[in-house]
Amino acid sequence: MRRSQWFWLAAGWIGFALLPWYDTPLSDDRTWSLPALFAGLFGSAPWLLPLLVPLLLPIVYLTKDVHARATSLTAAGIIGIAYMILQGFAFGLNGWSWTFLESLLGSTDGFQNGFGYGANVTLFSFLFMLTEGLAARGWMKGDRFVTGAIGLVIGTILFFVFLPVSTILTNAAIPDGEQSALVSFFHRMTDQDIWSLSCISENRRCGVFWNSLRLGVLTGAITTLLGLAFALVATRTNFPFKRGLRLLTVLPIITPPFVISLAIILLFGRNGTVTNFFADAFDVAPSRWIYGLPGILITQALAFTPIAFLVLIGVVQGIAPSMEEASHTLRANRWQTFKYVTWPLLRPGLANAFLIGFIESLADFGNPLVLGGNYDVLSTKIFFAVVGSQNDPGRAGALAIVLLMLCVGAFYVQRRWLGKKSYQTLTGKGDSGRPSELPRGLKYVCYATAIPWAIFTLILYTMIMFGGFVKNWGRDNSFSLDHFAANFGLEWTDFGLLWSGRAWDSLFTTLEIAAISAPLTAGMGLLTAYLLVRQRFAGQAGFEFITMLSFAIPGTVIGVSYILAFNTPPLEITGTGIILVLCFIYRNMPVSIRAGVAAMSQIDKSLDECAMTLGATSAQTVRRVVLPLLRPAIVAALVYSFVRAITSVSAVIFLVSARYDLATSYIVGRVENGEYGLAIAYSATLIVIMAAAITLIQFAVGERKVSRRTSSDAVKQEVPA
Amino acid sequence: MSVDTKSGGVEFRDVTRRFGNVVAVDNVSFTAAPGTLVTLLGPSGCGKTTTLRMIAGLESVSEGKVLIGGKDVTLLHATDRNVAMVFQSYALFPHMTVIENVSFGLEMSGISRKDREEKAAEGLRLVGLAGYENRLPSELSGGQQQRVAVARALVLEPEVLLFDEPLSNLDAKLRRRMRDDIRDLQQSLGLTSIYVTHDQEEALAVSDKIIVMNRAVIAQEGTPRDLYERPADRFVADFIGGANLIEGRITGRAERSAMVDVGGVHIKVPDRPEAPEDVLVAIRPNAIRLDTTRKEEGLPVVVRKSVYLGSHMEYALESDVGELFAIDHNVAGAVAPGTDAVACFNETGMALVAR
Repeated sequence: MRRSQWFWLAAGWIGFALLPWYDTPLSDDRTWSLPALFAGLFGSAPWLLPLLVPLLLPIVYLTKDVHARATSLTAAGIIGIAYMILQGFAFGLNGWSWTFLESLLGSTDGFQNGFGYGANVTLFSFLFMLTEGLAARGWMKGDRFVTGAIGLVIGTILFFVFLPVSTILTNAAIPDGEQSALVSFFHRMTDQDIWSLSCISENRRCGVFWNSLRLGVLTGAITTLLGLAFALVATRTNFPFKRGLRLLTVLPIITPPFVISLAIILLFGRNGTVTNFFADAFDVAPSRWIYGLPGILITQALAFTPIAFLVLIGVVQGIAPSMEEASHTLRANRWQTFKYVTWPLLRPGLANAFLIGFIESLADFGNPLVLGGNYDVLSTKIFFAVVGSQNDPGRAGALAIVLLMLCVGAFYVQRRWLGKKSYQTLTGKGDSGRPSELPRGLKYVCYATAIPWAIFTLILYTMIMFGGFVKNWGRDNSFSLDHFAANFGLEWTDFGLLWSGRAWDSLFTTLEIAAISAPLTAGMGLLTAYLLVRQRFAGQAGFEFITMLSFAIPGTVIGVSYILAFNTPPLEITGTGIILVLCFIYRNMPVSIRAGVAAMSQIDKSLDECAMTLGATSAQTVRRVVLPLLRPAIVAALVYSFVRAITSVSAVIFLVSARYDLATSYIVGRVENGEYGLAIAYSATLIVIMAAAITLIQFAVGERKVSRRTSSDAVKQEVPA
Repeated sequence: MSVDTKSGGVEFRDVTRRFGNVVAVDNVSFTAAPGTLVTLLGPSGCGKTTTLRMIAGLESVSEGKVLIGGKDVTLLHATDRNVAMVFQSYALFPHMTVIENVSFGLEMSGISRKDREEKAAEGLRLVGLAGYENRLPSELSGGQQQRVAVARALVLEPEVLLFDEPLSNLDAKLRRRMRDDIRDLQQSLGLTSIYVTHDQEEALAVSDKIIVMNRAVIAQEGTPRDLYERPADRFVADFIGGANLIEGRITGRAERSAMVDVGGVHIKVPDRPEAPEDVLVAIRPNAIRLDTTRKEEGLPVVVRKSVYLGSHMEYALESDVGELFAIDHNVAGAVAPGTDAVACFNETGMALVAR
């Protein structure tokens, strides 16, 4: 046997015979701290003994030929995984998990806790026994590294994305009282609360589905138009502050999504600056008009316009100047050129930006939570179905399914339909020429939309940065450091330094969790990107779709699904830091995948092949050739994972616990209590921390690129993502 | 010399490679004797690069067997095959210096640092790049990068050395020099080499044996002279040396030559025993001589176009049997367009192929 095969077999035995199989015991029974072998033989867990079959199988076949050994490993992996999962799910904290098993096998008083070290080690060793066996049987040209990587990525995605999401489905079908599962599912899915159209005919509220849809469409349209205006100003005019516009694109990355809502409240809330001004000047009574659709729409437009800008600037720059120059030489004037050439070329990009805005709006949770008022949308409704007094997982499941279908549908349209329709006119060959200027009228329209909006954004960010320094916004606008002291107070006591501020705990937890999850996220993402770009295997298209799909799953859905799925054995991790880390990994992975795919596509494949023919294994090739060339992409993926872990709120708000509270959920808590000063001060601090981190790392990466350029004649393959 | 060679032959036995429904290489068999340079020649998409990659182990084989040095390597991964390859793009690792690039393969084979430094330096000396050890690939010219790629492959002392269009990124002048250098190195080291190119001139210049591929199968194999003088079919005749293909009919046969009727004119062509009566005559452009006095017997033509190229003239000729392309080194006696002339054919530049 190969050494690696020995290794995984040994790991399986260690997990089975030496490490405690179950997680921290709830009872005093000594069984629970025993390894599986002893718990099975002498303790109260005889159901673990069948695992001896897959663990002995490769040993029995040890003396047989290579092919038989490979087959035995494969079989052991499949049997082991299948039995562990079945056994793990069949048996819960209180006997059988599924009622049909009880009627089938009779009732039991046996129970089990969640998987502990032993079970996890053994489960992973079964996974890699399977991939080792497949490799030895010749799959993927016998490459153990590649089969192992495929097994790891698919296995964990199934477990941490698909299992939780399908748990939602089963939750939506939990029998409601006397009704059967199917009937309750049907009832929940067709609830008037979701689908009612009574706002059209009568003066009542519409279903939450229509609310979300309306908000999504409006946000998509507004962000697309604003983004286009910005993109045109930035690329097709001689606007003097273009670099400032570019800065705009960094903002949404470092801003926790709901922070803009806070700024809006400071401006337009009952005690807002603008509200007060109008109340004084025109005697308009302060009202709560901002809470509801108008407020959410404004904040989402502010939050997501930069994303549309980012998408559209790429589209506008992708139109080869020669297209427009050709049009001019064919006697078309500026307006005709824009109308007949530029605009049609832009259309697929616009549709793309619209869909992205649509998906972002649906997935957004923070802004509707803060500013929603009576305007319910799916994401907040899910939250209250779980967290509030309702505590109705079935209803949350049904709502999550509706939201998931909307997002995945839009995502599917974006990928399958637009993917084929985009016009790429820039070929990469030297295509010199100057992009044509905008027609004058259009130019002024763009200026008139983009500039006020940019100023508005600027004002809001100023308020966020300085709002925390005011005693009580709107009522007592005197300077004060109270909020910062309350959040980040430090006291020197007899026992040494005391971190007396209320926010320290959550800040440190956030930084710790983000720092742990960032390298794991980047690693998984880049590994997946390697498999997508560099390897060819059956079912790859499906594999790609699965990995990118988690991009379209809204945070609230992920959050709900995680608490539903990981609240009970076999994986009982609700309330721990692990669930936060896992959530971040599988939620942010698509971003690192994209960074990795983009960077890896730039590296000539013959470099890998060459390393192979020189005798390097694929693991060595990755380590010695691919990774060094990917360094910029790795840094980008790391930063992005880190920052997204800090700013994320929609998923983690379900998963935080008293021990593991995160900055964003802490801030949302302050907002709900009306402590805006504290919230704003904390948000500003977060933004500053992240801006500093990003600048530092961009500086480092950028520096490296420049030095390379000057020292050598630009290594073509090395374009950072 | 510390770079030894352990040359082994290469053998393909009924090898097929399919990509989905597309057959890239269809039931191909050939051998490359140890110590020889065999060229795979053909237009793009003919399957020559796929064939080469199957030798390297970068492409798996759908059916058939690949043998290197007499051993069946069909199921061996590229990492475990004793071959080295020079890539079209050179595939120099841009983040490693020249010496790191050259010693990479040695390091992967687990050779000690001292030995691999010695070997790598020797390899660089062999390709004339001693002194460039600590440069980055991006600091070298195209030709130098090419040499590094060759050195990197050589120092592994592979059983077979593979070249995938190694010269296509170089300019014409450098290409000539590099191809001579490669051939010299190959012969002096006695390396078995498989060389892929679409440039027929390059193939003629470097090969011991040429395998012409077309549409996933072997069209013809043989020495350069075989292929040029005795093409097996119209594809080979046209692909190598660009022959004028004219329909003719055999009217009589003598020993090793035949009389062929081409548009009413009888010309003498080296015979192919298996050729049927109706044939195509492949006439090399340089086998056509123009007689403006029209005294000799030959095919009456009109000069349509006349191009001066310094060392020779190129003519486009119109005749009753179709258009002919001719090359004439008689630059002094250039013929003006519109002139009536008689085209005479030189027997050594002609061949018969099946219609």
